[in-house]
Amino acid sequence: MLEFQNVSFQYAQDKQEMMKDFNFSVDKGDFISIIGKSGCGKSTIFRLINGLESPQKGQILIDGKPIQQIKQYSAFMPQKDLLFPWNTIEKNICLPMELQKVPKKEQQKKCYEVLKEIGLLEYAHKYPKELSGGMKQRISFARTLLAGAEMLLLDEPFSALDYLTRVDMQEWLLQQWLHFHKTILFITHDVEEAIFLSKFVFIIKDSPFCCMEKIEVPLQYPRKREDLKRTEIVELKEQLIKKLRQ
Amino acid sequence: MKKNMPALALGIFLVLLWQFIAMGIDAAYILPSPLQILVKLWQLKEILLLVHLPATMGVTFLGLLISVVLGVFLSVIMDSNKNIENALYPIIIASQTIPTTAIAPLFVLWFGYSIWSKVLVTILITFFPIAITVYDGLKSTKREMEELLITYGANKKDIFIKLKFPTALPYFFSAIKMAIPMSIIGAAIAEWLGAQSGLGYFSKRMMTQLDGAGVFAPVVLLSFVAMISVAIINMIEKKLITWRKEI
Ligand SMILES: Nc1ncnc2c1ncn2[C@@H]1O[C@H](COP(=O)(O)OP(=O)(O)O)[C@@H](O)[C@H]1O
Ligand SMILES: [Mg+2]
Repeated sequence: MLEFQNVSFQYAQDKQEMMKDFNFSVDKGDFISIIGKSGCGKSTIFRLINGLESPQKGQILIDGKPIQQIKQYSAFMPQKDLLFPWNTIEKNICLPMELQKVPKKEQQKKCYEVLKEIGLLEYAHKYPKELSGGMKQRISFARTLLAGAEMLLLDEPFSALDYLTRVDMQEWLLQQWLHFHKTILFITHDVEEAIFLSKFVFIIKDSPFCCMEKIEVPLQYPRKREDLKRTEIVELKEQLIKKLRQ
Repeated sequence: MKKNMPALALGIFLVLLWQFIAMGIDAAYILPSPLQILVKLWQLKEILLLVHLPATMGVTFLGLLISVVLGVFLSVIMDSNKNIENALYPIIIASQTIPTTAIAPLFVLWFGYSIWSKVLVTILITFFPIAITVYDGLKSTKREMEELLITYGANKKDIFIKLKFPTALPYFFSAIKMAIPMSIIGAAIAEWLGAQSGLGYFSKRMMTQLDGAGVFAPVVLLSFVAMISVAIINMIEKKLITWRKEI
């Protein structure tokens, strides 16, 4: 699905390269997480994928095609919900479709389908300020989903939520993923979150980095919270924390 | 309403204080009392409301309209192009230090007693705050939101309509509310300097006749009109903008 080939990148004002000959790939339909110290370049990987930055060297491919040649291959969901306060929930969700000139009728149909799916149908005509933090993230996710991309880029989407809401949202996200069959790249600094959600965890350890260590989580889907108590999982968690602190 | 009580009480107290001091001095050509001004306003109501108020409002409205169009236009092109911004912004800031009232007589020289000399003064006074405030509004657009729109495939026009316009709208209303009293002051000052009608002109004529209450009456009328206009804009703003606090 996604492939980074020898990508080198450096921000103009930085002294050092952030990534150098970086190779990385994700298979279609997988749920993967990227973890690493704050500031190591996780968000930058997403900025490269969605074209907000361009690599100085190497290329990024989607299904074998360079990203410059294709459109709507990825949809980005930021940490803050970034819902537009002047729009209703419905208009917020429809925004990406509106920009892609999807017919009004179809926008509405899809919007109501997804609102029903996430259990927030009665909020269609409310404004973002009338919703709780968790609800706003669900709406933001719905908007990302309806951007019409195969691959979702979620950048620490739950890190601003309180612990209990976050746990709920993680379980909810897994359900959504199983239901919608998207490829999900998930950035987090929470090791437990990464393990609970993803099939593979990628760790950024070096600076500049040329690769990420890929670790498979030995759990089947659907997953339950109790799975996190298994000894091999507890050990994996300790191991990951150790790697991050090196 | 409850919140405004102290202000109302203080206002009434100040007017009363003024009344007593004026009665103490007892020289209406130096300090007319509020009561005397009201009486004067009533005596002159026809000529003030039918001749001079429309003249001043014409200048104010025309000046404000041109300022808004020009100010919004300049702020939009400054926001959309870095070179234009670099060229215009310092000039706009620097031009705010020009003492408009001091050069206003020059406009009378150029345009005579026609409406345009007065409109020009009004524009010079209100144009800069409008341009700068609306420009600040456009610049206050959140970069993350702009980038999110770009990832959805938005072009410059989409970004303006979907993001910049609503972000700048509250600033636009602030600018208008600030500009209304300023444009009225501008029109009145311009009329002082040279005119054949208008409340500023009338006030000046009363001055030459040492009629204190007559000087104040048009001023009171102008303040009243300014307050009503700002209140109307406030109402429109409340209806239109429900999100101000969240930005
Ligand atoms: N939009 C940007 N423009 C310029 N430099 C940036 C930008 N975003 C991040 N950086 C640089 O990259 C570093 C952080 O990268 P980032 O990908 O945001 O890290 P992470 O998401 O892992 O915390 C910062 O130290 C900063 O110098
Ligand atoms: Mg980040």
